Amino acid sequence: MGETLDINGPIVTVRLSGVMNGEQIRIGALGLVGEVIGREGDRAVVQVYESTESLRPGEKVEALGHPLAVELGPGLLGQIFDGVQRPLRGLVEQGGDYIARGLSLPPLDRDQAWSFVPSPDLNPGMNLAAGTVLGTVQENPTFSHRILVPPDVEGELIDLAGAGDYTLEQVIARVRDRAGTPRELKLYHRWPVRMPRPYRRRDPAGEPLLTGQRVLDTFFPLLKGGKAAVPGPFGVGKTVVQQQIARWSNVHVVIYVGCGERGNELVDILESFPKLTDPYSGRSLMERTLLVANTSNMPVVAREASIYVGVTLAEYFRDQGYDVVVVADSTSRWAEALREVAGRLGQMPVEEGYPAYLASRLAAFYERAGRVETLAGTTGSITLIGAVSPPGGDFSEPVTSHTKDIIQTFWALSKELADARHYPAVGWADSFSAYVGAAASWWAEHVDPAWAERRAAALGLLTEADELAHIVNLVGPEALSPEQRWVLESASLIREGVLQQSALDPVDSFSSPEKQFVLLDLILEIHDQGRKLIALGVPVQQLLGLPLLGRAQRLKGTYGSDQVPSLRDFVQEIRAAFEPFYRDYGRGEGEPTPRAAPGGSFRRGKRE
Amino acid sequence: MREKEYRSVSAARGGLLFMRGVPGVALGDRVQVRDQRNRRRDGQVIRTSHEVVLIQVFEGTEGLDPERTWVRFLDRPFEVMLSPALLGRIFNGIGQPRDGRPPVIAALQRNVSGAPVNPAVRAYPREFIQTGISTIDGLNSLVRGQKLPIFSGSGLPHNRLIAQIVRQAKLPAEEQSRFAVVFAALGISHDDARFFRESFETSGVLQNVVMFINLADDPPIERLILPRTALTVAEYLAFDLDHHVLVILSDMTHYAEALREVATAKGDVPARKGYPGYLYSDLAEIYERAGRIKGRRGSITMVPVVSMPSDDITHPIPDLTGYITEGQIVLSRELHNQGIYPPVTIPPSLSRLMKDGIGKDYTREDHPRVASQLYASYARALNVRNLASIIGAEELTEHDRRSLAFAEAFERRFVNQGEEEDRAILETLSLAWELLSRLPPEALSRVTEADLARFHRGPSAVDEAP
Ligand SMILES: Nc1ncnc2c1ncn2[C@@H]1O[C@H](COP(=O)(O)OP(=O)(O)OP(=O)(O)O)[C@@H](O)[C@H]1O
Ligand SMILES: [Mg+2]
Repeated sequence: MGETLDINGPIVTVRLSGVMNGEQIRIGALGLVGEVIGREGDRAVVQVYESTESLRPGEKVEALGHPLAVELGPGLLGQIFDGVQRPLRGLVEQGGDYIARGLSLPPLDRDQAWSFVPSPDLNPGMNLAAGTVLGTVQENPTFSHRILVPPDVEGELIDLAGAGDYTLEQVIARVRDRAGTPRELKLYHRWPVRMPRPYRRRDPAGEPLLTGQRVLDTFFPLLKGGKAAVPGPFGVGKTVVQQQIARWSNVHVVIYVGCGERGNELVDILESFPKLTDPYSGRSLMERTLLVANTSNMPVVAREASIYVGVTLAEYFRDQGYDVVVVADSTSRWAEALREVAGRLGQMPVEEGYPAYLASRLAAFYERAGRVETLAGTTGSITLIGAVSPPGGDFSEPVTSHTKDIIQTFWALSKELADARHYPAVGWADSFSAYVGAAASWWAEHVDPAWAERRAAALGLLTEADELAHIVNLVGPEALSPEQRWVLESASLIREGVLQQSALDPVDSFSSPEKQFVLLDLILEIHDQGRKLIALGVPVQQLLGLPLLGRAQRLKGTYGSDQVPSLRDFVQEIRAAFEPFYRDYGRGEGEPTPRAAPGGSFRRGKRE
Repeated sequence: MREKEYRSVSAARGGLLFMRGVPGVALGDRVQVRDQRNRRRDGQVIRTSHEVVLIQVFEGTEGLDPERTWVRFLDRPFEVMLSPALLGRIFNGIGQPRDGRPPVIAALQRNVSGAPVNPAVRAYPREFIQTGISTIDGLNSLVRGQKLPIFSGSGLPHNRLIAQIVRQAKLPAEEQSRFAVVFAALGISHDDARFFRESFETSGVLQNVVMFINLADDPPIERLILPRTALTVAEYLAFDLDHHVLVILSDMTHYAEALREVATAKGDVPARKGYPGYLYSDLAEIYERAGRIKGRRGSITMVPVVSMPSDDITHPIPDLTGYITEGQIVLSRELHNQGIYPPVTIPPSLSRLMKDGIGKDYTREDHPRVASQLYASYARALNVRNLASIIGAEELTEHDRRSLAFAEAFERRFVNQGEEEDRAILETLSLAWELLSRLPPEALSRVTEADLARFHRGPSAVDEAP
C-alpha cells in the first residue's frame, strides 16, 4: 500500500516501493487503474488509463503485481473493447450510456459455456510444447478457435478434458511443467501486451493481401505479414481505406483499432459489418472482426495502450495459424499520447514536441507484423496497416517520416484527389510498394501472366500524363501531339475507370483480382487500339468523342466480381467501336491507306 | 466546502495561481478566489500535490496580489444546474446569469467535464436535415447528430450563414416544439452577439435558446470552461428532455487561443505554433459530445465556427478540428469578394455523414451520384479555369469552354443564393441537373446511364449552353 503524491493530468506520482516498471496500480477511492512508467527511490510515476479528475494527494494506491495483459480465449470475436480490453457492451450494463470511471469487468464472459473438442492425438503422458493445440471451440459458425498451450507453459500432459461444454474458468487440461509443478490450463490465458508473443521462425511475407481495392491490390500491393501505412490530411479517406480493408481482405481475423478517432466510425462498423458478408466465406463479417476502441474523447493513456492490446490479440490468432490483419486508425494519435506523457514527465522533446524514442517505439510496434511459423508449427501472419494523420498534411513531420522508413507499402493519400472526389485518393506518384515483385508471381500464377507488364504500362501512362498535364498548364493543349492527347485521355480512363472505386457502390466496393485485371486490361486495350489508329492517321478528336470511353469508365460499376466473363466480352464492343476506323484507314500492317478524314459527318461511333 | 480560506498563494501569473501547503485538494475542484478588494473570481484546480496546488482562474490573474489573495476550496467539481427553466436564458461560461434574472435553481446538477459516451451506445446519425442551402443540402448534407464546423475567416459571413441555418433547418411539424439551440459565444464581438440574439428572435426560436456568452472583452480563460458548461446543458436537453439540439460554438479559434495562453503559462511542451500537444484531445472532448444515443429521442448536432488564422486551413486549429469533426464547410474570401453568398468553396468542403443520410430513403435516389458528379465536374472546370488564365480562353477546346461556362453558372446559380432563399432539396437537385445538362453525357461518368436518361436534359441543353 502507498499513497498518491502529485496529480498532473493522467500522470500521478505515488509513494509505493517495490513496484516494477509496467506494473498495474490501482489508485484511490475510485479504483482507477494505471501503469508504472518510472521509479525513483520509493516513488513511482504512474500513467492512468482513466480521467484523474477528483483524485487527491494522499489517496491509497495498491500494486496489482502484474503488467497490463489481455485475456485470450473464446468470445473475443464480434466484441468491442476499450483501450485496455474492458468490454464496452458490458460497461453499458454497469455504467449506462457514459463510461463511468473505476469500472472493472473481465473482458471475456465467465458464464458462457463453450463446446470444446479435444485434439484427438493427445494422450496423457505426452510431452506438450508451448503453443500445442489442445482442442478447438467453434466460436461462431465461421470461426474455429484453437485452444493453445500458453507460450510460457510446456511439459507433460497429465489429463485433458473430454468433449463437452466448459466455461472459461473450468480446467480443461493439466500439464506438469519442467519444475514438476502441475499447471492448470483453461480455455483462456493472459498475455502481457508489451511483450511480443513468441513464435518459432519468421518467414518472408507470402501471398498478397487482397483487399478488393484496385489501386491497392493492383498498383501498390501489400503481402500477408507485411506492414503498410496510409498517411493523409484530414478527410481524404484514410478511415474508409481501412474500413474497406477490414471488410474485404482475404484473412481469417480482422482487428480494428480505433485509436483516438471518432465514435461514430466505430458505430458505423458495428452497424454495418453484421449485415455484410465476407466474399470468401459468405458469412457475416462481424464473425471474424473485433474492435478495440479508444475514441478521441476517451483518456489518452488508454489510447497509448490500445494499439498494443490490438496487436497482442492479433498475435494470439496468428499463433492459432490464422492470417490476421490489424488496422490502426490512427497511429498519429498513439504517438501524440506518447508525446503527452513524455511532456508531463519533463522529457526532452526532440522534434515537434515528440520524445527521442518515438522512432524506436514505432519500429518496435510495426515489428510485431510478420508471417511466422508458430510454436505449433503452423503458419500464421499479421499484416499491420497504420493510418497516419500528419498535421497540416505535411508528410515531412516526425510520425509520417519515421513510419515511412519502417513500412514497405505506402499509400499516400492526396488532398488534391480527394478534393476532386477521386476516391480512394491514393496518389500514384507518392505511393510505393516494395512487394511488387513478390505480388507479380502470385498474379501471374493465379490471374494472368501479363499482370506485371499491364500494371507497369498503366503506371507509365499515369506518369506520362502527369508530365504532359504540366506542359499543358504552361503552354496549352495545342502544344501536344495527337499521340500525347491520347495518352492524356487514356490516363484519365485509367483514373476514372480503374483507380477510382466507390466504397459506397455495392457493385464496385469489392473487386476480385480477376475483375481488377480484366478491367485494367480492357482499358489498356482501348489505349493500344487508339494509339494504332492515330498512327494510321485517325484524328484524335474523333477518338475523343467516342461514347465507348464513357462506357468504359462505367464498367466497374456495371459488372460485379461475379460477372467477369461478361466483362471480358466488352472487348467485342471495343473492337466494334474501332472497326469503322480500320475500315476507313486500313489495318496498318500492310499498306496503310492514308485518306482524308470522313469529314464532320462521322457518326460519333453510334452503332445500330 | 471548507470553511477555511487559504492565503498561501506563492505566485499569480498567466491566469494561474500557484499555492503552497493546501493538503488533499482534488483535481478539477472548483475554488473561489477573493482579491484584495474583496472581489470574487472562480477557478479550478489543474494540478495538485501536498506541496503545490495549481489553479486556473477564469477571470484571469490580472491585478491579483499573491500576498492578499484568499482561496476557498469548494470540495466539488464545476457543476451546472439543469432544469427546463434554462431555455430562453443567458449565462456566462460558468453558468451565472447574464440577463439580470435570478440564477436557475434545480435539484439536478452535473459536472461540466462530462464523461465520454460509450461508443457501444451511440446511434449512427442518418436523418437528413434540410437547411434550404444548396451547397449544404446538395453537396455537404448535414444530418442530425453530426458535428460539422464552418471554417471561416475574419469578415466572412459565417454568422449570417448560421443564422440562415437556424431559420431554415426544419423539423417535421410534430417535432418543432422539441427543437432547441444552445449558443456558445467564445470571444465574439458585442455586435455579433446582438446579431445572433436578434436572428433567434426573428426566427421565433428565442424561447428555445440557451445562450452562454463570453465576449471579446471578457476574460479569455473563462472560454476554457464555457463550451463544457454549454454542452452539459445540451446533453441534458437532448438526452433527458428529448430535444433536438443544435449547438453553435463561435468561435473555437478563440477557445484554442485561450488554451494556448494557459498552456504557455504552465510551461507545457508546445507542438505546433505554440499550441500544446494535447490540443487535439482537448478539442475532441468538446466536439465528440455531439451525436445520438440509442434509445434516446433527442440529438446534439454541432456547428462550430472556426476562423482560420490568415485564411490558412493548415493552421493547427482548423487542422485539428478537421481531424475530429465529421466534415467541414469552408468559406472562401475569393467567392465572397465576387459577391457570392454563401461563399462556400466546394473542393475542400465535405460532409462525412452525408452518405448515410441521403439517397433513396431520405432525399432522392440519384443524390449521391449527382453530388459526386458536381464535385468532379467542378474540379475539372477549376483546372480549366487555371489553364485559361494562362493561355487565354480562346485557346481552349470546345469541351473546355463548356466546362468553364459550367463553373461560372455553378457558382452564380448553385452556390450563390439569397439569404432568405430557402431551397427544398428537390429544387437543389433539379438545379444541379439543369447545370450538369450543360455538359455532354460522355463527360458525366459519376452518374449512371439511367440517371442520364432520366435527368439529363439532352443534347439541346448542351448545345444551348454558351
Ligand atoms: N473509397 C471511397 N468511396 C467513397 N467515398 C469515399 C471513399 N474514400 C473516402 N470517401 C469519402 O471521404 C470522406 C472522408 O474519408 P475518411 O473519413 O476516411 O477520411 P480520413 O482520411 O480518415 O479523415 P480523418 O483523418 O479526419 O479521420 C468519407 O466520409 C467519404 O465521404
Ligand atoms: Mg479517419
